[in-house]
Amino acid sequence: MTTDLIRLTAARTAAVVASGEASAVEVAQAHLDRIAAVDGRVHAFLHVDTEGALAAAAVVDARRAAGEALAPLAGVPLALKDVMTQKGIPTTCGSRILEGWRPPYDATVTARLKEAGVVILGKTNMDEFAMGSSTEHSAYGPTHNPWDLERIPGGSGGGSAAAVAAFEAPIAIGTDTGGSIRQPAAVTGTVGVKPTYGAVSRYGLVALASSLDQAGPCARTVLDTALLHATIAGHDPLDSTSAPVPVPDVVAAALRADVRGMRIGVVKELGGEGYQPGVRHRFDEAVEILTELGAEVVEVSCPHFPYALAAYYLILPSECSSNLAKFDGMRFGLRVGEDDGSPSVEQVMGRTRAAGFGDETIRRIMLGTYALSAGYYDAYYGSAQKVRTLITRDFAAAFEQVDVLVSPTAPTTAFKLGEKLDDPLAMYLNDIATIPANLAGTPGMSLPVGLAPEDGLPVGLQIMAPAMADDRLYNVGAALEAALLDRWGHPILEEAPSL
Amino acid sequence: MSETPSITRDDVAHLARLARIDVPPEQLDHYAEQLQVILGAVAQVSEVASDDVPAMSHPLPLVNVFREDVVRPTLSNAEALSGAPSVESERFRVPRILDEE
Repeated sequence: MTTDLIRLTAARTAAVVASGEASAVEVAQAHLDRIAAVDGRVHAFLHVDTEGALAAAAVVDARRAAGEALAPLAGVPLALKDVMTQKGIPTTCGSRILEGWRPPYDATVTARLKEAGVVILGKTNMDEFAMGSSTEHSAYGPTHNPWDLERIPGGSGGGSAAAVAAFEAPIAIGTDTGGSIRQPAAVTGTVGVKPTYGAVSRYGLVALASSLDQAGPCARTVLDTALLHATIAGHDPLDSTSAPVPVPDVVAAALRADVRGMRIGVVKELGGEGYQPGVRHRFDEAVEILTELGAEVVEVSCPHFPYALAAYYLILPSECSSNLAKFDGMRFGLRVGEDDGSPSVEQVMGRTRAAGFGDETIRRIMLGTYALSAGYYDAYYGSAQKVRTLITRDFAAAFEQVDVLVSPTAPTTAFKLGEKLDDPLAMYLNDIATIPANLAGTPGMSLPVGLAPEDGLPVGLQIMAPAMADDRLYNVGAALEAALLDRWGHPILEEAPSL
Repeated sequence: MSETPSITRDDVAHLARLARIDVPPEQLDHYAEQLQVILGAVAQVSEVASDDVPAMSHPLPLVNVFREDVVRPTLSNAEALSGAPSVESERFRVPRILDEE
């Protein structure tokens, strides 16, 4: 039974718990056993909260025994990205500077998960402060892709995606500032959604770039992703950038799974040169399937998308250099260099930040500091903000012609660990197709559409929708998923080597 | 392509100082080289950022967001100080802020 329990979808797991076929404690234990068995090799988790998970599961079992109605994901285990605070549980953001910090409060996302009876197994690995596309920038060592342990699981949320792909948890929380949910989903054969900006509260999400960051769901199926989306989304008075609007019914959309009569746009500027042949092949195949399912597929041009990457790598470092100023060794986390004579507060800050931040974080803080400096502000940050307007206009014009846009999620399949570590610009190119949605604040989904013939590794397709129309992602995603499942005869993760 | 100012090791030292990060001298050249490459690539934003395009700082046009002014539980003093590297008399203890000389 335990091996079966880890392979269930979240929807099925919740049904199993609700019907009493298995207890929430048994489900949690099966996943904890799986983590103990495989995470030494995958390294998806930075912290496993065995005691807390079993206690939360026992509460769900007690509620059920008392005849209480259970929420849709009650008793389902989840992996939480280590950028989200959980009261009393170590939260590092993949950085030395927060080593040992135990937040005194829950993020709104964490609180909503707890309220819904979701069982939080532990905190997942990530690039430091969510900057990276490989998890190699974690201070605690990289996560390994379950499809090939020598390869990257994507980033920054590689830990969450790998945990889901390795059957260590059926669902996980990620955060997406430039593709950190979608690109890991693509390279691990899982599903991930970046909701519309403002749909999910950022309270308790340690900020990287406040105008881009958005938390969202990761899972193995589109329906599971929708169930988690519905659990965490919704207005939060504790986040002033939370959108005071109703959440679209994403679960109903995932169950509808009908693209007949929909207009789907293939983004001309995403998917040509620079994209691996196997990625293009599987993408074209999936687009063909959408046509067969009754959608009308047209090519759409978004002429400013080629400038998105450049704008992003000015806006993100600028916001990051400001947000990360709070890690100064005064109120929480690491403090070093205080014992040497009688140093000033500035000396201690400089020593602490040099010791506590990794290479990529330091690079981006300095880049942002430069972009915001007097004399360069207009040419860099100011121009990037204008490009942001142009990207948003491109989306608006495209969505006048079509209901959703599609593209490959990432230009390549998972690359080897270490391959791009010393070439920041090459690493940044991984996010070329995902960044436009962050700049515009629009939602995006990645779902698996097959394995690249040349390397046998998963390929992701990205669906993009207008702001607050997240339900369209789920409708189209679920339709495509069902058609692919018919074709394959089994979920794609069954093709992954056993760990 | 607009002209990218070249980044010297002195520039990096200055940025590091502004950002309060003690970057070791032996790493300054390395960072200078990388920042130069990245800035060269991102400078292309100026190609399309004409005067008639308004700047966009945020995807949501929300302004003056307030919540109801009601008393709700907050962190206790002990909780707020729980992660502090150094505490004295129920306050954050910090290194000296003024020069002694």
